[in-house]
Amino acid sequence: MLTLRRGQIGAGAIALLLVGGALSFTNLALGAVLVVAALMVAGLGLVYVGRRFRSWGYLERVEDLLVRRGVMFERLSVVPYGRMQTVEVTAGPLERSLGLATVQLHTASAATDARIPGLDRSAAADLRDRLVRRGEANAEGL
Amino acid sequence: MSIGPTGGSPNASGMAPSSTEDSTAGWESWHRLHPLSPVVQAGRRLVPLAVVLAVPFLSRGSSGKYQSLVDSALVGLAVVIGAAEWLVTRWRVQAGVLRLETGLLRRRTTQLPLSRVQSIDLVRPGTARVLGLAEVRVRSGGSREGDVRLAYLAAERAEHLRDGLLALVRGHRPTLAGAENQLARVSTGRLLASTPLRGVILWPTLAAVAFFVWGRHLSLGAGSVAVATTMVLAVGTGVARILSSQYGFEVAHTRDGLLIRGGAVGTFTETLALHRVQALRVVEPLLWRPFGWAKLVADVAGGQRRGDEDRAASGRIRTLVPVAPRADVLRVAESIVGPAARAVGTSPPSRARLKAPISYPLLRAELLDDYAVSAVGRFRRLTTIVPLSKVQSVRWVQGPVQRRLDVATVHLDAAGGRGTGAALRDRSTDEAQELLRRLPGLCAAARRSVPVGPAPVP
Repeated sequence: MLTLRRGQIGAGAIALLLVGGALSFTNLALGAVLVVAALMVAGLGLVYVGRRFRSWGYLERVEDLLVRRGVMFERLSVVPYGRMQTVEVTAGPLERSLGLATVQLHTASAATDARIPGLDRSAAADLRDRLVRRGEANAEGL
Repeated sequence: MSIGPTGGSPNASGMAPSSTEDSTAGWESWHRLHPLSPVVQAGRRLVPLAVVLAVPFLSRGSSGKYQSLVDSALVGLAVVIGAAEWLVTRWRVQAGVLRLETGLLRRRTTQLPLSRVQSIDLVRPGTARVLGLAEVRVRSGGSREGDVRLAYLAAERAEHLRDGLLALVRGHRPTLAGAENQLARVSTGRLLASTPLRGVILWPTLAAVAFFVWGRHLSLGAGSVAVATTMVLAVGTGVARILSSQYGFEVAHTRDGLLIRGGAVGTFTETLALHRVQALRVVEPLLWRPFGWAKLVADVAGGQRRGDEDRAASGRIRTLVPVAPRADVLRVAESIVGPAARAVGTSPPSRARLKAPISYPLLRAELLDDYAVSAVGRFRRLTTIVPLSKVQSVRWVQGPVQRRLDVATVHLDAAGGRGTGAALRDRSTDEAQELLRRLPGLCAAARRSVPVGPAPVP
């Protein structure tokens, strides 16, 4: 997960650098500002991403799953296993190239916010199987 | 009053329990819908067609003879398709399964086991009413696709079928609501007075007036007048829809849940089983508050979460009382959630005023034994009552400003779209942490003590 976000920010910073470099041929001041901005974005981004990465966490309790995330906005979700409707494992192209996957829990409520990104693919599959088993053991209606 | 069987007399409308047996006796063979149903169906389809046909007709007089030929061919085609669809549509109730086969080119068979039925409603659009017909709408818990709509049967037959199916589903005859069971009724005067004060009606109207005046003063001419006219038309249809669907609206308490009836041109009769209610909302728009009026809405159990969750969820909302004095609304709410309906809640700590200056006066929250109650809103007050047994997940959120002020928000998510559920906003961090620690256990206990799931199978 850490790598992924860093990659995204790196790409953004490089794009800014390129634009800045190109502009500096015509408008030196603007180009310089953009280059400096790119460097700052990269620096701040790396610090922020590191904190964001560390903020993600989950805890499997007896009856429910806790998922924590967020630096500016701290969020903590409690999802009872019995309320899970589906467990979804997704891996986008970037995640796949890094051998990562995201596990997401869905309940009957659209507001439920329980996403665990950046798991090793095998760990994600294990977690999914465990969650499904626990869901079946605690199955309840609406 | 509390959840469960009606306190009042069951007044079983003189039906002997033994009639449960033979109530569906005649339905095991295949049946057609009423022969006039294509007319009603086509009536709805013909309106846009008629508009399309009328425009050239009116503009040209009755000149072109090919045109009239094309017109009559179109009408004829519509009639033939309607008749063919009627011919290939049939239904029956056999071995506890309601089966509907329809479709001329693409055959569609819907099978609905009666054990999965969530509600059986009678709907009568205006044209159907004129012809003495009614639609029986049988809803399953899942998606819309699973619903069976028998459109249309003769009104008497429809009622008979509805009662018979209800008897099979619930194991007893439905109780017809008498006057003593009536909880609330929307008076026509109040409906008329309250409609212009709704935000959805008021603001477009004001905007239309503004556009018109502005156009006149700056002599912008046709443009702004056209915009204003369009807005007025849109508002007009909105008003017409509100009035026609909420006219004569009444709610009564029966053994099967709440019986909801109403409608001006088209009418509907629905039963809402109380166990399907996921959350209750009392809505008090800004301009209704001086008059002490309120609206009561229930979020109703939907099916599995899908990709188009939000759209599906929007159809899972039942208005229980469109507009009534707050006391009446609370009485209806009380019949569903008990004393929780009258919980007032406590305000967040006053330092939260800095974060939510406008909404602070309305913010309230309270945790009761089996319910959580919250009130939010800047101008309109939205009070949400969530049974703990229906809570899907609990969330804690603390933003940067909240952290500085040492407050946090706890959400109790109920089944449905993002807006459903209670938000206990800006509680002190200590209280919020206490809530977060206690709520999962309380919800689990509530789930175990309340029988959940679809209506019990007889």
